[in-house]
Amino acid sequence: MTVFQFGAPSWMISPIVLPLTAGLLCFLFSHKTFTIALAAALANLLAVCFLTCQLLIFGPMRCHMGGWQPPLGITLRTDGPALLMLLMTAVTGLAITLYARGYFTYRIADPRQPVRHQRQQRYFWPLWMLLLAGLNGLFLSNDIFNLYITLELIGISAASLAALSGKPASQLASFRYLMVSLLGSLTYLLGIVFLYRSCGVLDLDVLRNFTAGGPGMRAALALMSVGLLLKTALFPLHFWLPPAHANALAPVSAILSALVVKGSFYLLFRFWFEVFASIITIPALNFMGVLGAVAILWGAVQAMRQQRLKLMVAYSTVSQLGYLFIAFPLARVDGGAQVWSIVIFMALAHACAKSAMFMAAGTVFLHLGHDRIKDLSGVRSSLPITVFAYGIAGVSLMGLPPSGGFIAKWLMLTSSLASSQWWWALVIMVGSLLASIYVFRVMSRFFVIPEGFAFKKPEPLSPLLEWPALALALISLFLGLAASWPLYILATGSTSLAQIFPGGLP
Amino acid sequence: MNWGQWLLISILLSSFIPGIIIFGLPEKKHRLRTVLNLLGSTIKIVLILVMDIGIYFGHSFEIRIPIIPGVELLLNGDPLSALFATLSSVLWLLTTVYAVGYLEGSPNRSHFFGYFSLCVTVTIGIALAGNLVTFLLFYEMLTLTTYPLVIHRGTKKSLRAGRNYLIYALSGGAVFLVAVISLQAVVGPADFMAAGFSSSFIDTHGTVLVLIFILLIIGVGVKAALVPLHGWLPQAMVAPAPVSALLHAVAVVKAGAFGIIRIVLDVYGAHNLLLLGVLPLLGGIASITILYGSVRALQQDDLKRRLAFSTISQVSYIALGMSLVDQPLAVVGGLVHLVHQGLMKITLFFCAGNLAETLGIHRISEMSGVARRMPLTMTAFSIGAFGMIGIPPTVGFVSKWYLGLGGLAAGTWWVMVVLAVSSLLNGCYFLPILTKAWFGKQQGPWPEEQYISRFETRLMLLVPPLVTAFIVMVAGLVANAQISPLAWVRFIVREYGL
Repeated sequence: MTVFQFGAPSWMISPIVLPLTAGLLCFLFSHKTFTIALAAALANLLAVCFLTCQLLIFGPMRCHMGGWQPPLGITLRTDGPALLMLLMTAVTGLAITLYARGYFTYRIADPRQPVRHQRQQRYFWPLWMLLLAGLNGLFLSNDIFNLYITLELIGISAASLAALSGKPASQLASFRYLMVSLLGSLTYLLGIVFLYRSCGVLDLDVLRNFTAGGPGMRAALALMSVGLLLKTALFPLHFWLPPAHANALAPVSAILSALVVKGSFYLLFRFWFEVFASIITIPALNFMGVLGAVAILWGAVQAMRQQRLKLMVAYSTVSQLGYLFIAFPLARVDGGAQVWSIVIFMALAHACAKSAMFMAAGTVFLHLGHDRIKDLSGVRSSLPITVFAYGIAGVSLMGLPPSGGFIAKWLMLTSSLASSQWWWALVIMVGSLLASIYVFRVMSRFFVIPEGFAFKKPEPLSPLLEWPALALALISLFLGLAASWPLYILATGSTSLAQIFPGGLP
Repeated sequence: MNWGQWLLISILLSSFIPGIIIFGLPEKKHRLRTVLNLLGSTIKIVLILVMDIGIYFGHSFEIRIPIIPGVELLLNGDPLSALFATLSSVLWLLTTVYAVGYLEGSPNRSHFFGYFSLCVTVTIGIALAGNLVTFLLFYEMLTLTTYPLVIHRGTKKSLRAGRNYLIYALSGGAVFLVAVISLQAVVGPADFMAAGFSSSFIDTHGTVLVLIFILLIIGVGVKAALVPLHGWLPQAMVAPAPVSALLHAVAVVKAGAFGIIRIVLDVYGAHNLLLLGVLPLLGGIASITILYGSVRALQQDDLKRRLAFSTISQVSYIALGMSLVDQPLAVVGGLVHLVHQGLMKITLFFCAGNLAETLGIHRISEMSGVARRMPLTMTAFSIGAFGMIGIPPTVGFVSKWYLGLGGLAAGTWWVMVVLAVSSLLNGCYFLPILTKAWFGKQQGPWPEEQYISRFETRLMLLVPPLVTAFIVMVAGLVANAQISPLAWVRFIVREYGL
C-alpha cells in the first residue's frame, strides 16, 4: 500500500477532504455541529503540520489525482508558500472555530431571540467547513480550472456566511458581495476560456512553459487578474468589502477579512510571479504598486473617519491589502527573492492580527450592545484581555517591532531603498503612521474612565470569547521573532524566481 | 547557553514576569502586588550588579538571535549599557516604592503596575541592545508601554497629552526606522562597536551618511526632547507623579539621550563624525535646547511644568557632551550627567508629587512657607535644586565641571557661555522656589490638605526622595572614589580609548 506511506503525495487531499466531510456531517447531525467542526479544524491543523513535515523532508510534491498525468488529470501540489498559507488558514481557522462557539453560546443564552441565533449557528458551521475546504483546495490546486471551482465554493459560502446576521444592512451588503464575487468568478472563467483557446492546457506547470505569450494569453491574464482583484478588493474595486465585512457576525467578519481575501490574492500573486511571469511588464507591476499605494492611504484615511469599530477594522483591511500590492514593483530587486517573503509575512501577520481584531471588536459589541467608537469608554476595565488583544493586533497592523508586520515592512523598505524606489518607502511609512492613528483612536477610548464609573467586578465572559483573540494577536506579535521558521519553509519549497527568469528579472 | 546569557535573560525577565503576573492579579491583592514588584526590582538590581562586576573584569555578555538575513537581535552587556541599566534599575526600585505609596486607594492599579514593569523591562532592553535593530525594537516598545501610563488618569486632558506623545514618538520611531534601514543599505548590518563603521565609507557616501545621521538624531531626539521636538514633554505632565519621574529620569527621555550616546560613540564613532563635520550641528541644537528649556522654565508657575522644561534643558547637557566627542573630559561630563540628571530630577519629581499629594500644591505661587509644613521633603527638593544649578558638592557640579573642562580643552568658548548662562538661569528658576518655601509665610490654608500622619506625609512617599537626595550629595562628595558613577564613566571612556 504505497498510498499510505509517509512520503506519499496522496496525503495532500486530506486538508480538502476533512473539512468537506465535516461540512456534510454538520448538515446531517445538526445538534453536534460544534464537535464535528472542532474535530475537523484540529484534524486539519494536524494534517497541515504533517504536510509541512513532508515538505521539509521530501521537498515540493505533485499529486496526480487518480494517477492521471497532466494535461489530462488534475494535479495538487505542495510547496513552501502553499503550506504557509495552509498553516495560516488552519491556525486562524481553529481559533475562529473556538471563538464562534463562544460567540453563539453567548448569543443563544441571550433571552431576546434565541431561536434566530440557534438558526444562525446551525447554518454557520457547515458553511464555514465548506469555506475551509474551498480555501485549502485553492492553496493546493495546480490546475487553473480546478482553481475556478474552489473560487466559486469560497465565494458562495462566504457570501452566505455574510448574510447570516439577517439584518437588512447585512443582507444588502452580502447580496452585493455575492454579485461581485460572481462577477469576479465569471471574469476569471472568461480568462480561462481565452487561455484554453491559446494554449490548450490548464495545468499550471505546463502553462509555465508557454513563454511566448500571444495576445490570447495577455487577454487571459488581464481578465483573470481583474476577476481576482475584484475578489481581493484592491482599490478601487474595494467598495463592497467594508459593508460586507462590518455587518457580518463577528466570527464571519474574522473569516472574511483574514482568510477569504487572501485566497484570491494568493492566486493572483502566483499567476503573476510564477505562471505568467514571462509576459509581465514593468509598467504593469508599477500599476499594481500604485493601486496598492492608493489603497493603503485611502483605506487608512477612511478607517480614521469611521464612527463604528467594525467598519473601522474593515477599512483597515482595505488599507492593509494595499501593502500586498506594493510588493509587486519591489519584485525587481535582487532576483525577486524577497518578494515571496514580503507577501507571505504580510499575509500571515495580517491574517492573525485582523482576525484577532475582529474577534475583539465582536466581543466588545456583545458586551456593550453597540460598537460606536465614541461610546467605548471604560471597556478596558471590564474586558482587559480583549482590549489587550486589540492592542497587540494593532501593533502588528502598525508594523511595529517585533510583530510579523514589522518584518514585512522591514523587507519592503529594504527592497524599495535598495532599488532606489524611495517613494514606496514613503507610502509605507505614511501608511503605518495613519494606521497608528486609527488604532489608537479606538485604544484611547478604551482607556477613558467615564464619569461615575464603578470599578465593579465584571461578569465573567466565556474564555472562548477572549482567549482565541489574544492567542492570535500574540502569534502575530511573535511571528517577527520567529521569522526564520516561515522563511525556512518558504526557502525549502518555493520555485525560485531565478529559475523562472533565467535571464534576470524584467 | 552559558551563564552570561542566562544572566542577560534573567535581567529582562526579572521585571517582565512580575509584570505579566500583576496584569492577571485582581485589583484588591495590593499586598501580593507590592511584594512581587519589590521582589522583581531587587532581584533585577542584584543581577545587574553581577553583570557590572563581570563587565569590569572583562567578561563579555552576549546573546545573538538571527531573525532574517541582515536582522538579528543582539543583547550585549558593555560598560555603557551597564551604566544605563544600573541607573534604571536602582531608580525603578525607588519609583516603585514611591508609586505604591502614591497610588494607594486609586483605581486600576493592576494595569498601572503591569505596564510599569513592562516599561522597565523595555528600558533595560534599550540599555542592553547591541545593534540598531534591537535598539529600535525596544525603543518602539517603550512608546507602547509608556502610553497607557501617560493616559492612566483617563481624563480628557491626559488623553490629549497621550495623543500628542504618540504622534511625536511614533513619527520619531518611523524616521528612526528609515534611517536604520538606509544606514544598513550603506554600511551593511553592524553591531555597536567602539570605532563605528569603517571610515572608507565616508569618501564614497559622505552626504548620505550626514543625512542619515540627522535622521537618526531626529529619531532619538524626539524622546530626548531636543528643541523643536520637545512639544510632548510638558504636556505629559498630566500623568501621575511616579510616571513623570519615570519618563524624565529613568526611561523615556533617558532612552533618547542614551540613543544619542550610542549613535555618536558606537554607530558612527568619534573619528567618522569629525570627518563628516556634523558635530557642531549637534552641539548647536543641544545649546539651543539648553537655553530654550531654561528660559521657558522661568515662565512656568505650575511646578511640574517648570520641572519639565528644566528636564528639556538638562538632558541636552548629555548631547552637548557628545558633540565634543574628541574631548575625553567632555564625554565624561556628558555620560556622567546621564546618571546625575536622573538622580536629581527624580528627587525633584518625587518632592513635587509629595506636595501635590499631601497638600494639593501644584503651583509655585502656592508654595509660600511650605518648608515648615514639610521640612524633609523640601530639604530633598533643595538638594535636587542645588544639584541642578551646579553648586558643589552635589553631583550637578561634577557634570558641569567636566563639561566645562572639555569645552576649554576643545577651545570652544561658546560651551563655556552656554554653561554659565544656563547655570544662571537654573538659579533664576530654582532659587525663588527655595526662598519662597523656606522663608515665605504661609498664606491661608493649603489647597487640599489630605493626609496627616506621624511624619509629614506617608512614609513610602517620603523615603524615596530622601534616599535619592542623599545619593545626590554623596555621589558628588565621593565622585573621585573607586565606586561612583564618575569612576564607572572614566572606565567607559578608557574602554573606548578616548
